[in-house]
Amino acid sequence: MKLPKPLARAAALLSSDARADRVVPPSGHTAWLTSFTAGAMTFLCVFALALSLASGRLASRWSDALARTATIRLSAPPEQMQAQTEAILALLATTPGVESARALTDEENRALLAPWFGADLPVEELPLPRLIEVTEADPGYDGEGLRQRLAAEAPGAVLDDHTRWRRPLAEAAGRLRLLGWLSIVLIGTAMAAMVTLAANASLAANAQVVRVLRLVGADDHYIARAFVRRFTLRAFAGAGAGALAGLIGIMILPRTDAAGGFLTGLGFSGAGWLLPFLLPPLAGAVAFFATRHAALSKLREFR
Amino acid sequence: MHGGERVIAFENAAYNYGGGELLSEVSLRLAPGSFHFLTGPSGSGKTTFLKLAYAELLPTAGHVTIFDREVRGLSRDEVARLRRRVGVVHQDVQFLDHLPLAANVQLPLTVSGRKSDARDLGDLLQWVGLAHLSDALPPSLSGGERQRAALARAVIMGPDVILADEPTGNVDWEMSLRLLTLLVELNRMGKTILVATHDLNLIRQAKNQVPARVLRISRRRIQLAGADL
Repeated sequence: MKLPKPLARAAALLSSDARADRVVPPSGHTAWLTSFTAGAMTFLCVFALALSLASGRLASRWSDALARTATIRLSAPPEQMQAQTEAILALLATTPGVESARALTDEENRALLAPWFGADLPVEELPLPRLIEVTEADPGYDGEGLRQRLAAEAPGAVLDDHTRWRRPLAEAAGRLRLLGWLSIVLIGTAMAAMVTLAANASLAANAQVVRVLRLVGADDHYIARAFVRRFTLRAFAGAGAGALAGLIGIMILPRTDAAGGFLTGLGFSGAGWLLPFLLPPLAGAVAFFATRHAALSKLREFR
Repeated sequence: MHGGERVIAFENAAYNYGGGELLSEVSLRLAPGSFHFLTGPSGSGKTTFLKLAYAELLPTAGHVTIFDREVRGLSRDEVARLRRRVGVVHQDVQFLDHLPLAANVQLPLTVSGRKSDARDLGDLLQWVGLAHLSDALPPSLSGGERQRAALARAVIMGPDVILADEPTGNVDWEMSLRLLTLLVELNRMGKTILVATHDLNLIRQAKNQVPARVLRISRRRIQLAGADL
């Protein structure tokens, strides 16, 4: 199968040619600098990725919660409870922006309280408020107007639109996710810049080598290949180590159920654990294009 | 030679470094199989002329053609391919210092993707008297050894032209004669030779062996020198 020209050139630039590799002397500090930079950047990238994914999950969860219900909590004397409940349901049925409403059954009340008081709680005998679940339509209802109507119909009814406080949190989680992705892009860009600098330094340090190679008839792609391959492989190896270290770091974070809270939920789930393994090839690709561009630009200084 | 009656041709070529013209109205043709010396005082433009002749520099006026190709129109890849047909020996020979001598001599083959025959390489190193130093690193070589190694590197591709810039500048008279002998042998094999030198004794010695012509750079122009050298 014949590769398209750009792919064929990229393959040629990466192809193994021991003799071509040998024409460039093994460079000291640029070698470990490139690997270290790629490793450090990838390590950070794993955390940025975990942050983005965790924020995404959180934003989705909170958004889902937002899209659900509000609750009306009705406190009334036992003999008036049923009548006021029916009045509220009738009121809700005629309220614009309310899709549906229903009173929670005793069983549902018991299930809600079970985590705190146990499953055997005699809810029928306790003066518990009646809970009415309200599902909003799109667009939603006028909260203030509904409160006023409830006050007139059932003075003991309280509209608890508890989901509304989650909206700014969901937005914040969305922004956090965006920042995570932005961080990944910035980290990639910074790595490209570092690799470009290292490649330029290496080319400048090997000016004599480049001059000799041009003199004996080496074309730019031949000369660039030795540099591109070297930097790509270094970045790939460094990024591999960085990704591994990042994954270990994520794995040793406290578990959510053990410590609770949002930050301890930082990590990957399911197939998300595979994503960090994409970072080394991605780092290699960034190094490939950065070095190739740097090398071909620098080589134009030599006739 | 690949047909044609000129290997390298200058036509009213000039070169300006920015502070005035160093070479002006240079017109010259190097015929296939010819042997030329280029003389002139230091700073007269001999090296610049050679650089124009292998497209290291582009003329600021006029035309330079190499193997009938105008150098200005050549892409970088074409320049690279062209240099595989032009062997160049500099006075300050540069090598890849981390590679042994044999690998340096083979470098033109390596970069052009051609395989080298170990026996041919051995013969070539033998020819320049460096067979015993094939594993030596360039920094350990003497001036004469470096010049001979550069000559071996310049001819390993079987180029049509050899351009040598003061090839005997750093060596003693005995070594100069040895290098001259190698160049004369190459010329007898049909190679076009151009040697920039200010060593008139070397030119006289060469004229005893080959019908060499002498070009002199004087007042920015190139003239055919008289026979009184």
